[in-house]
Amino acid sequence: MSKLNKIIAGTDRLAKVPTGITGFDEITGGGLPAGRPSLVCGSAGCGKSLMAIEFLVRGAIQFKEPGVLMTFEESAADVRKNVASLGFNIADLVARKQLVVDHVYVNRSEIEENGEYDLEGLFIRLGHAIDSIGAKRVVLDTIESLFAGLNNQAILRGELRRLFAWLKARGMTTVITAERGDGLLTRYGLEEYVSDCVVLLDHRVIGQISTRRLRIVKYRGSTHGANEYPFLIDTKGISVLPLSSASMDYDVSNKRVSTGVAQLDDMLGGKGFYRGSTVMLSGTAGTGKTSLAASLAFATCSRGERCMYFSFEESEAQILRNMLSIGIDLAPHVEAGLLQFHATRPTVHGLEMHLVQLHRLVDDFKPAVVILDPVTNLATAGNSDESNNMLIRLVDFLRKRVITAFFVSLSNVATAQETDEGMSSIVDTWLLLSDIELGGERNRGLYVLKSRGMAHSNQVREFLITSQGLRLVPTYLGPTGVLTGSARLIQETQDAAAEKSLHEEIQRKQLVLDYRRQAVEAQVEALRAGFEAEKKEFGRAVASQQSKTDQIMTDRLATAKSRQAGKTKRG
Amino acid sequence: MKKKPVSAKKKPRAKPARVRSSKTPAPARGDSALLVPWLLRLYVAGQSTSSLAAFSNLKGICDEHLAGHYRIEVIDLTKAPHRAHLDQIVALPTLVRKLPQPIKRVIGDLSNVERVLAGMDVPSRTRVNRSLP
Repeated sequence: MSKLNKIIAGTDRLAKVPTGITGFDEITGGGLPAGRPSLVCGSAGCGKSLMAIEFLVRGAIQFKEPGVLMTFEESAADVRKNVASLGFNIADLVARKQLVVDHVYVNRSEIEENGEYDLEGLFIRLGHAIDSIGAKRVVLDTIESLFAGLNNQAILRGELRRLFAWLKARGMTTVITAERGDGLLTRYGLEEYVSDCVVLLDHRVIGQISTRRLRIVKYRGSTHGANEYPFLIDTKGISVLPLSSASMDYDVSNKRVSTGVAQLDDMLGGKGFYRGSTVMLSGTAGTGKTSLAASLAFATCSRGERCMYFSFEESEAQILRNMLSIGIDLAPHVEAGLLQFHATRPTVHGLEMHLVQLHRLVDDFKPAVVILDPVTNLATAGNSDESNNMLIRLVDFLRKRVITAFFVSLSNVATAQETDEGMSSIVDTWLLLSDIELGGERNRGLYVLKSRGMAHSNQVREFLITSQGLRLVPTYLGPTGVLTGSARLIQETQDAAAEKSLHEEIQRKQLVLDYRRQAVEAQVEALRAGFEAEKKEFGRAVASQQSKTDQIMTDRLATAKSRQAGKTKRG
Repeated sequence: MKKKPVSAKKKPRAKPARVRSSKTPAPARGDSALLVPWLLRLYVAGQSTSSLAAFSNLKGICDEHLAGHYRIEVIDLTKAPHRAHLDQIVALPTLVRKLPQPIKRVIGDLSNVERVLAGMDVPSRTRVNRSLP
C-alpha cells in the first residue's frame, strides 16, 4: 500500500504505476494512476484487451504486482491462446499465483430478471480473486457486456459506479476496457464513472494502410503527452512510440568510420564519416547507390561492428547476389550475425508503423550503422512531408544512440537536388551520385555536397563499379573540359602518346647534336693536323734556309781561302 | 417418493435451519415435470433484504407448486465466495434451477410469482390449477 503511494521528493504528486508497456510509461510520465481505475476505450479490434492483459502480465512479471483479469467476453482458455502468440504464458502465471483469470458469462436469454437485485455477486467474485493472490492490479474486460446481458440499466449503472468506487477504496490499479460508441468515448458512457485516466485507442486505415494510434484523452492530476502516438502490436506485445519525446540533446562522437571506399574516405578529410552522423546518398536510378551502401555495410561488419540494412526495394537474397557480382561478399557477415537485413515493402504499414518497427529492431539489434535503402520509397506509404517528418524522428532516435545512419535517396534527373531539400538540413554528410553523359556513354560521378565538421574534397570523382569492388578516380580535367569514362581513357592515351613523341623528338635532337659535335670535333682535328703539317713544313723550311746560309758562308770562306785574300788583310 | 423432505444446505442465519417441503402430499398427476425432483439453488449475500425476500418468495412458490418434489440449496456467497464462479453468479440474489435440465436462472427477489413460474418453467397445468379458486 505504501509502495503504491510513493511520494516523490516530499510533493503530493499523483502516484503512478508503471505498465511496462514500451513507450506508454514515457508518454504518461510513469504509467497509470496508482490505485485508481483507468479506462481504455476504442473500436473493435484496436487492441484494448491486449493492452489490458499486457498491463497485468508485465505487472506480475516485472513489478511483482499480481493481477486479476475479469473477462466478460472471452473464456479463460481463449485469452490464454490469444496472448500466447505474444509470448505471454498465462497458465504459468496462474500456476504461480500471480494471475487469476475469471470469465464472467452473462447471457440475457438464459437469465430471467425478477424484482430487485444487485451485482454483489460480481463484487464477491472479484474480492475473492483479489484476496486469493493479493492482487494489486485488476482488469475488467469488457464490463460493458453486462449492459447487453442485463435489462435493468438503472441498477447496472448504480452498481458500476459502486464497483469503481469499491476498487478505488481497495487501492486496485484498474484498467477497464470499453467499446467506442457513436460520438462518445464508450458505448454506454462509462467515461462518466471513470474519470481519472482515459486512454483512447484507434485503428485507422488511410489509403489501405492501417495505423494503430493511442491518445491520452484525460489524465487527472498529471501532465501527459497530448498527441496521437502510433503503436505497434507484434510478437513482444504493444509498443507505443513516443514521437514527440524525441529531443535534440545528444552527445556527438569525434570518432570516424570508414565508408568502405578508400578514395571516398580521402574525399572526406581522409577518415570517412563521423560515427553517429547522418549520411545521405542521393542519386538517380542506376548510379550505384545500393553498391555504395553495401560497401559501407561490408566495411562496418569487417570491423566487427553490427549493421542493419533496411531494404524497401530488393530482397536480402537479391542484394547478396548482386553485391557478390561486384566483389562484395556479404553472406559471411549475415551468417556471423553482424549484418541483418529487413526487406519490406513500404506499403505494408503506415509510416509510423515503420518507425515503430525500426525503433524496436534497432533497440534489439543495437547496430553501429543503419542503412535505409531507399528512403524515398517511404513516401509511397504516406506523402513526402510525412516521410520527411518520419525521417527526422528517426534521425533524432539514431543520433541519440550514436548510430551512423546511411540514407539512400533516389532522385530523378530533373529534380536531383530539390526533392532532397527537406532532408538536407538534417543530414550531416550529403553525397551525390550523378550521371555524366559524354561521348555517347553514361558514367557515374560522385561528389560531396556537404559534410559538416570536416574538410572535404570539392572534386567530382568518377565512381567506378568493378568486379573487384568500388573505386573512385579523379576525372580528367583538360583544355576540353571534364572527361569521364572512355573519353577520359582516350584522352589519357592521347596524352601519353603525345608525351612519348615529345620524348622521342628530344632524343633525336640529342643524337643530331651528338653527330654535329663529332663532326665539329673531326673538323677541328683536321685543321689542327693541317696546321701542324704547315708548322712542320715551316720549321723544315727555316732549317733548310739556315743550312743554306751556313753553306754559303762556308763556301765563301773556302773561296776566300782559296783566293788567299784574307779579309783580315784587306780589313 | 416425491414426498421426501429435503434440507437446504446453507442459508442465512435468520432463516429456519431446515427447509421442509409442504406438508400436503403431492397429488399423483402423472406430470413428468413433477415426477423429477427439482433442485433449486439460491445464491444470496448475507441477510440483505432482497436475499430474505427471495428466499421467502421462493419457498412460497415451491410449497404451492412443487410440493414434495423440490430441494432448495441456499448458498451465502459472503461465506463461500469461491462458489460464485461455478454457477456464473453476477447478480444477487440468483436462483438457479439445476434440475430438471436445462439449467435456468432468475435474478432478483422473485417478487413476481408469475414470472418466476414462467422463468423456471413450472408446468403450465400447475399454474392453471393455481389460478383456479
